[in-house]
Order: sequence, then C-alpha cells, then structure tokens
Amino acid sequence: MSALGLILADVDGDRTWRLQDYVARGGYSALRKIVAEKIAPEAIIAELKASSLRGRGGAGFPTGLKWSFMPRSFPGAKYLACNSDEGEPGTFKDRDILRYNPHTVIEGMTIAAYAMGCERGYNYIHGEIFAIYERFEEALAEAREAGLLGANILGSDFSFELFAHHGYGAYICGEETALLESIEGKKGQPRFKPPFPASYGLYGKPTTINNTETFASVPFIVNMGGEGFLNLGKPNNGGTKLFSVSGHVNRPGNYEVNMGTPFAELLEMAGGMRGGRKLKAVIPGGSSAPVLPGKVMMDCTLDYDSISKAGSMLGSGAVIVMDETTCMVKALERLSYFYFEESCGQCTPCREGTGWLYRVVHRIENGLGRPDDLDLLNSVTGNIMGRTICALGDAASMPVQSFVKHFGAEFEHHIEHKQCLVPPQVQYEGSQIYVRPSC
Amino acid sequence: MLSQESLQQIDREIAKYPADQKQSAVMAALRIAQVEKGWLANETIGFVADYLGMPAIAAFEVASFYNMYDLAPVGRHKIMVCTNLPCALSGGVHAADYLRQKLGIGFNETTADGKFTLKEGECMGACGDAPVLLVNNHHMCSWMTTEKIDQMLADLDSK
Repeated sequence: MSALGLILADVDGDRTWRLQDYVARGGYSALRKIVAEKIAPEAIIAELKASSLRGRGGAGFPTGLKWSFMPRSFPGAKYLACNSDEGEPGTFKDRDILRYNPHTVIEGMTIAAYAMGCERGYNYIHGEIFAIYERFEEALAEAREAGLLGANILGSDFSFELFAHHGYGAYICGEETALLESIEGKKGQPRFKPPFPASYGLYGKPTTINNTETFASVPFIVNMGGEGFLNLGKPNNGGTKLFSVSGHVNRPGNYEVNMGTPFAELLEMAGGMRGGRKLKAVIPGGSSAPVLPGKVMMDCTLDYDSISKAGSMLGSGAVIVMDETTCMVKALERLSYFYFEESCGQCTPCREGTGWLYRVVHRIENGLGRPDDLDLLNSVTGNIMGRTICALGDAASMPVQSFVKHFGAEFEHHIEHKQCLVPPQVQYEGSQIYVRPSC
Repeated sequence: MLSQESLQQIDREIAKYPADQKQSAVMAALRIAQVEKGWLANETIGFVADYLGMPAIAAFEVASFYNMYDLAPVGRHKIMVCTNLPCALSGGVHAADYLRQKLGIGFNETTADGKFTLKEGECMGACGDAPVLLVNNHHMCSWMTTEKIDQMLADLDSK
C-alpha cells in the first residue's frame, strides 16, 4: 500500500478504519462544510465536473455528468447505489477501501445524496468478502450514532438513509442494472437500456450508481476543489487512482498513484518482476480489458487516454502482470472459462458464445486445436460483440481477440505442434505458491 | 422452520428496505437460513419465500442463480479455492492441487467422513492475496501456502 494518494493516505492497515480515526484524518469535514454553508447541489456537481473524476468501476464515465442526469424536480423517492460488487478478475481495490477507510465511502455517498436529492442508498458488497460487509455495517452504525447519517444530518433538514446489501456469488451483479435487480431480490440479470437508471432505476425510481472508489474520491474533491483534484492527474483524467497489481510481481497489492503515472513506476512500486524474470504481457484494466505486450505497456502512462491509445482500457485499474513463464493459451483458457461460467444466460449470443469460446480455447490448449480454430474464434467474438443486453459479451470477447492478435504465434504453435512453447516445468515453477517476504 | 434468532436476523434485513419491498431481503434471508441449516432444501427456500411474502419459485430463482447458495448438502466445512488467472499466476492452482491430494477428493466432492467439501471458485476480489481460499462462505484465508493449508485443515478438523 502506498503512503501517497488520498483515499489510502495515512491509513494504517486494519487499525484505523473507525469513525474517530477517519475524523482525525480530516474525515467528514467536506460534509460538515456543505451542510453548514448550505452549499447548492449544483455547485457540488460543478466541482465534480471540474475535477474530471471518471467512474472508477471500469467504464470511466464522467461522474459529474452522470450526477447531472438525475431529474431535479422528481416528486417521489430517488435512490443511490454504490457498486462494491468487485469480482472482475484482477480487481481488489474496493475491498481495501472498505476495509481500511469505509467512512470515506459513507461520506462520499452522503454528499452525493445531498447533491442529487436521494433519500436512501445501498452499498452492494461482493458476497465473498463477507467480513468487509460486516465491517461496513459497523461503520454505518457509527455514522448514524454521530448524526452523520439518517434523519436531519448534523441538525440540518437533509436526511439520508444508507444500508449495506451483500451479493452471494454472481459476477454479473457488477453490471449496474443487474445490481439493481439483485437489490430488488431477483436474479441478477441486466436490464435493457434505455431507460437508464437515472430515469428508471431501483424500484423503478431515478437512481444513480457509482463505484466505491468513485464515491470515496468525492470528499477529497469537495475539500480540495475540482481543479485541485484534476491537477493531481492530467487533463481529462483527474485525481488519484488505485491500481490493484497482481500476478508475477514481488509485491502484489493496491497502489494509489496520480493519474498519468508511468506504468514502469507502478511496476517498481510493486517490487518489480518476480525472480527478475522478463515481462511478457499485461492486462491493464481487469480481465475484460485487452491484453498488451509487455513492451507496449512499458511505454504507457496510467490514465484512460494513454491506455486507450495503446489499444486497451484502464478499466478498473486491475493490472495483471505476466512474465515469460506464462502460457498465453492457458491464461486465456482460464479467463474464457470464467466468462462462460458467469454469463447470466439471458442473451443467446453470450450464453452460447462464451461456451464456444471456452471450448475452442480449451481444445487448443489441450493439443486438439484445428487449423481454422483462430478464424472460428474471430467469428464467434464477432457474433457476440454488440449483440447483447450488457457488456459481459464484449468483456468475454475482448480478451480472446487481443490474446490472438498479440500472441497469435503461440496459439498457432499449440495447434500445429500439440504442445506449448513454454515448457510445462517452466510454467509450473513460474506460477508456484509465492508469498511475499513480509507476510 | 427457522430459529427465533434467524428470524430476528431476517427481520433486521427486512427493515433496510421500503415497507412494500420485503423481497429485497431474500438474499440475506437465504444466507441466514443456509447458515442455520447448512444448505438450502426446497422446503427451506419455500419457508423463506412465505416469510417474505414472495412466490417460492422467485426465491428458488435467486437461490439457484447465486453460486454461494448450496442447493445440496455439503460437508461441515466448505472450502472454495480461487483458480482464476491472477490467483493461478501466484499459486492458486497449486493450492487447489494440494487440497485435492490432501483431502483425496476432487472439486464438488465431499470427504467420506462428511467433514470437507471442495469447490473451485471464481474471482473473490482478493487477487493480491493469492492463493486465496473461502471457508464456509464467510471466512477468507489469504496467502495459503501448503503449511498454512495444513494448519487450517487441522483447525477445521477439530471443530
């Protein structure tokens, strides 16, 4: 973990997550200021826009713009939802935010509720991190007790109720409309859009959904001003961002750095390549983002624009690092199985197509590949992309297309020689149980 | 059908949602029921549905959609190991192989003494901690070397 940054600055592991610790770090000063000075909601949204904060869950949509879509004069209930259903392989930042600094999410959501006129909110937390869900409930109780949440917050006429809701093992609920279905007590199957959640969301009411890290950034933007936050990063890519570094590095973990930081610096923060081996490939934004060859990635900076220019996506900031011991066919096989397993089954191209992708990559990996299999993979991905209700179909296709594009020779070798370019013993040693020295 | 304590817990969940949206508590209610019963029989799911005033089939849809609900009996301790790519790069598959060998069972199987069930999990959102295991759905174990797996199994065995 970095001592730099905003969200994780000055947190001391598991020991400083409580309200008193957060307040000692300056927490809830943004909310206090807003309530005391009766700052206009429009002014808060304007600061958000000025900050260039973009959605930290993966899509990178400008947060201020999203907030401005909420109808101002809607007569009934409006809702707020936080997406902490973090299940994109490689991503584990929201877990640390909620574990080490839950109150920054509560404060951020409360400010968002004030700015958009929401009376009630839910934080949807990934089921597998149940201890974090329990901690968040404790943090909510602390905030209510202190008058920072609930009716008449800090003695004002502003009220906001916030609750925790847990998932129970479905990747698809990270899709915002599937998440709403899930809160409604249904299967998490995405809704057709439009209508968008800002007009028809939770229980059919206007709803805004943001990622955990997005909400966690809000108090800092209010305190330092939109421009101050923007200047930490670079134009169109404001602020700091948490990067979850996993795979073949010496110190996997979360590192919060300014947007625009060179990838090479992040790799160094994560202790460099494990065993001093050579960097082969990086998935820069979670498993759904196209893979990039190591040498392309080494020239990138960590922001939406640089990585997009290189042909991938910053996504959730999940950086999966692979060294020369990695078999790219086997790596893709595992990812393809994941999408096949997690497709919700609603749209035929995704339900059937993800099965085709997995089975074809599986047979290539197992020495049963056919000469036209790479064309077949291209054909299947082409028939999934853009033909499904949500982005899971695209998310399953982009890894396949990019692995074949950049590492096609390895796939062809598998098909032709029925074996891998990387000897099995080398793969085995490269991926064995690795524990960083400090643990 | 469910204990007073479980019902009280479910009532606390119901209170989180608008009065006309009790169904929103179904995920928590099924989780609470599973903790009490060990797994979700059709009768248990039906009871939860009645309690929340929703059709039994709607509760069953939820129980069968989310993969942490067990619709068949499992061992006293369910161990789920993540083998997804980021974990696999740092020993996830090795940990899975070791567990299979040590317990003498494959994925989705239960030891003959009924103590352990082994499952292969998808991303648990803790890739930096690989190898990662989830024990009985709610307890996450990080950096699971073979020594730590041995210790964990011994601890669970005595429970």
